[in-house]
Amino acid sequence: MAVKDEKQFKELFAKGTSLGKVEEDVMREAFKTQDLWVNMGPQHPSTHGVLRLILALQGERIVDMEVVIGYLHRGTEKLGEFKTYHQFIPLTDRLDYIAANAMNHGYVVAVEKLAEIEVPERAEYIRVLMAELSRISSHLLWLATHALDIGAMTVFLYCFREREMILDLFEMATGGRLTTTYFRIGGVADDLPEGFIDKCKEFCEIFPERVKDYDDLLYKNRIWLSRTVNIAKISAEKGLSLGLSGPSIRGSGVNWDLRRSNPYSVYDKLDFEVAVFDGCDVYARYLVRRKEMLESCKIVKQCLEWLEKNPGPVRAKVPKVFKPPVGEVYAAVEAPKGELGYYIVSDGSTRPYRIKIRAPSFANLMSLPEMCKGHLVADVIAAIGSIDIVLGEVDR
Amino acid sequence: MLHEIGLALLRIIVVFGVALLFVAYLTYLERKIIGHMQVRMGPMRVGPHGLLQPIADGLKLFFKEDIVPYEAYKLTFYVAPLICLVCALVLFAVIPVSKSFMITRINIGLLYVLSIASVGVLGIILAGWASGSKYSLLGGLRSAAQMFSYEIFLGFSLMGPLMIAGSLDLAKIVEVQKVPMLIYQPVAFVIYIIAALGEINRVPFDLPEAESELVAGFHTEYSGMKFAYFFLAEYANMLVVSAIATIVFLAGWKGPFLPGWVWFLIKLFAFVYFFIWVRATFPRYRYDQFMQIGWKIMLPIVLANIVVTGIVMMLI
Amino acid sequence: MAEEKDRKVKAEPAKEAVEEKEEAVDFDQFVEVRKIKERFPEAIEDLKYFRGELTIRVKKDFLIDVCKLLRDDEDTRYNFLTEVIGVHYPDREKPFEVVYHLYSVPFAKRVRLKVWLAEDEEVESVCCVWDSANWYERETYDMFGIRFANHPDLRRILLPEDWEGFPLRKDYPLEGPPGYREKWLKEHLPNYNKL
Repeated sequence: MAVKDEKQFKELFAKGTSLGKVEEDVMREAFKTQDLWVNMGPQHPSTHGVLRLILALQGERIVDMEVVIGYLHRGTEKLGEFKTYHQFIPLTDRLDYIAANAMNHGYVVAVEKLAEIEVPERAEYIRVLMAELSRISSHLLWLATHALDIGAMTVFLYCFREREMILDLFEMATGGRLTTTYFRIGGVADDLPEGFIDKCKEFCEIFPERVKDYDDLLYKNRIWLSRTVNIAKISAEKGLSLGLSGPSIRGSGVNWDLRRSNPYSVYDKLDFEVAVFDGCDVYARYLVRRKEMLESCKIVKQCLEWLEKNPGPVRAKVPKVFKPPVGEVYAAVEAPKGELGYYIVSDGSTRPYRIKIRAPSFANLMSLPEMCKGHLVADVIAAIGSIDIVLGEVDR
Repeated sequence: MLHEIGLALLRIIVVFGVALLFVAYLTYLERKIIGHMQVRMGPMRVGPHGLLQPIADGLKLFFKEDIVPYEAYKLTFYVAPLICLVCALVLFAVIPVSKSFMITRINIGLLYVLSIASVGVLGIILAGWASGSKYSLLGGLRSAAQMFSYEIFLGFSLMGPLMIAGSLDLAKIVEVQKVPMLIYQPVAFVIYIIAALGEINRVPFDLPEAESELVAGFHTEYSGMKFAYFFLAEYANMLVVSAIATIVFLAGWKGPFLPGWVWFLIKLFAFVYFFIWVRATFPRYRYDQFMQIGWKIMLPIVLANIVVTGIVMMLI
Repeated sequence: MAEEKDRKVKAEPAKEAVEEKEEAVDFDQFVEVRKIKERFPEAIEDLKYFRGELTIRVKKDFLIDVCKLLRDDEDTRYNFLTEVIGVHYPDREKPFEVVYHLYSVPFAKRVRLKVWLAEDEEVESVCCVWDSANWYERETYDMFGIRFANHPDLRRILLPEDWEGFPLRKDYPLEGPPGYREKWLKEHLPNYNKL
C-alpha cells in the first residue's frame, strides 16, 4: 500500500522540486525500507482547520514534510477590490475569526492612515480594549486546543469557560460574539453599553486567578514539560528569515512587539510588558502567550480606568461615500498571531484599487517544516499548536 | 452433574450480565465524573441525569451503518474486535467478587489473567493492520510495542506480591492477606498502577488511539457495533485491571462490617475513579518517552523490588 | 499617530496637501537611499514619500543586490521580509508592480521596494535573501502569474494546481470567467450536480 501511495504522491507532486530528495542511506538500502507517506489533513482533529500536511515518515520520525494550504481560500483580496472601504470591514472579521477585533483594527488603522483621519481618543481606547480582549480570547482558544492536542483535556474546558465570559462581553458591546464588526473607519460603531465596564472589570479580577488554574495543570507538569521543552526549536535568525512574527518569534528571544516598537493607537500611553522568552521551543511559546494574556488583562484594566473618566465621541465624521486620496499605505498591528498588515492602494475612487492582507498565520506556517524535521509525529501536533494558526487567515 | 452445570451457567449469566452492565455504565460514570471535574454537567438529556445514556449509546451504535473500508482485509477486520471483546470478557471468569462468588476457581488464576490479556493485544494489532489505513497501522504498531512491553512490567510488578502470597490462585491471594498487600509492596503497587494505565491505553499513555495525532489509532476505520466491541473491551479491561489491583493489593473482599462483595466493589471503584481522575488531569506522553519510562525506569525498579522481596523473605 | 490628539474631530482628508509634501521631501535624509546611491548609483528609478512611508523603485536587475545591501548593512539591517505583493496596472506600459515590504527589527522601521515588470518579464526571486519569500512569491505567482526566476518551487499555493487564469489581475472577473466554475466542478466533483 505504501508503494502505491508513494507512486501516486510522486506523480502528483514530483513536478515541483520542493520535496528535498530524501538521502539514500546505505542501511536503508540494505534493509529495503521505505518512507511511509501519511496524509495528515485536511480532515484531521488537530490541524486546526483544513490544513493538510504530507509527512514522510520513517517509523514515527519525520523525514520530510510538505504543507498544503488553500482549502479555505475565499478570495478576500479580490472581493475587496469590489467593495467600498466601509463594506470591506466585515470581510476582515472572517480572516482570523478567533480574534475578529484585531483584524478590524489592522484594517481601519490602514485606511485612517491613508485618508489621514483623526480618531477620537475615546474610540482609540475602546479599540485597544476590544483588541486586547480579543487577544486574550484568541490565546485562550490557543491554549485550550494546544493542550487538548497534547492530551490535557481539562484545560480545554477551563479555557472555554473564561473565553465564554469574553464572548459575552463582545455580545454586550457589539451584538456579535465571534465576528463582531465593531470597528469603523474613524472610530467604533457605538459607545460601550451601560454595565459593560463593570462586567469587564469583574472579568479582569477573575482572570488572573483562573490563569493559576491552568498553571496548576500545565505549568510545571512533568508530562507537559517533556512534551514541549526542546521540541520544535527554531532560532531567532532562522525564524525572522522565515517570516515568523508575533508570540512565536518572541518565544525565540526576539524582543519585537509592534505595540511597543512601532506604537499605534494609544499603546504608547499604556503600561505593559512585552513577553519575551528565549527557549526557542514549544514551551517558550507557551510561556510567551501565557504572559501575554496577563499583560493584556493589565492593558484592559488601564483602558477601563481611562474610559470611565473620559466620556466623549467615539466616531469621527467620515463621509458615507468615502474617497481617500490617491496613494498607497501599509499599516501593521500586532494581532494575537503576529504582525497583521494591510497594504492598500487607492486610486481615489470609493473602492480600493488593491488590498493585500499580510496574514501572520500564513507567514508563521512557513516555518513549520523547519520546526518539525527530525521530530516524531506527536511533535508535529505540538508544533502546529505552538505557532497558533487559523486557517481562515492563512488561506484568506 | 446437571445441577452443577445449571449453577455454573447461572453464575456465568449473572457475572457477565452484571459485568456488561457495569461496563456500559462505566462510560456513563466516566463522562459524569470528568464532566464535573471540568465544570460541566456530563450527559443530562436521556433519562434523569442522563441515566439512560449508555443504553441510548448502545442502541445508536447497534443501528449504525457498518462500514468496511475498501482497502481492509475483510476477515481480519471482522475478527479483530471480537478477539478484543472476548478476551476482555473471559477474564471476569476468575475474578473472585466475594469469598464464595466466582464463576470458577482455578489455581493459576493470575497467570490466566495475564496470558489472556496478552492475547487481547492481538486484536488491536490485527485491527490496526487489517483496516488498511495508515493511521490505524501506526496505532496498531504503537500498541504492539506498548502493550507487549507494559505487560512485562505488569507481570513483574505482580511478582513480589505473589512471592509473599505463595500462590497464583486469586482467591488464595486474598485469603493470605491479613493486612492489605499494599503495606508490604508499595513499590510494586505504584508500578502496577502505571503499567496498568499503559496496558489499558488510558491517559497519559493512550498512544495507540491518540486522538489528536492518529485520529483514533487502531479503531479509526471501525464503526457501528464493531467499534462498540472495542469500546466495551477497553472498559472491561479497565474493570479487570482494577479488580486485579483490588485483589492483589487491597485484600479483595475483606473488610469490616459490610458484606464482601460491597467491599470489593468499593475498592474496585476507587481504582476506576482514580483512572478517570488521571484522565482529566494529565496530558499525553509521547511514544518514545513512554517506552523510555518503561524500559529505563520501571523495569530496573520492578526487578529490584523482586530481588529485595526475595532477600527479605529469605531472612525472615 | 500624532502625539496630541484634539478631541475635535478632523473629518475631511486633505487632498491637496499630498502633492506639496511629496515635493518637499529631501530623500537624502534616508539612510537607505544614501546607501543604495553610494553602492549602486544607477539602481534607483524613482523615490516616493507618502504618509511617512518611503518607497524606493529599483531597477529589476539590481533587486537582489539592493535587498542584500539593505539586509546586511549595519545601518539598515532589514532582516524581516514582511510580504511580497503584486499589483496589476493594465494601462501601464509595464503592467506589473512587485512590492516588497521590508522591516528592520533592530531599528523598528519599514521601507518599501518596488519593481516594475512588463507582461513577459521575470524578476529574480529574493528567496536567497529571505527564506520567507518562498511562499509570498508563490502567492504572487498564483494570483498574478508573475514569474520569479530561480525560485526553488514556483507552484500555485492557494488555488488548485490545475486552475486556469490569475484571479487578482484586473481583467479577471470577480466570479471567474463565465462557466469556468461549473466546468471545474464537473471535472473534479462529478457527483456534485446540485449547481
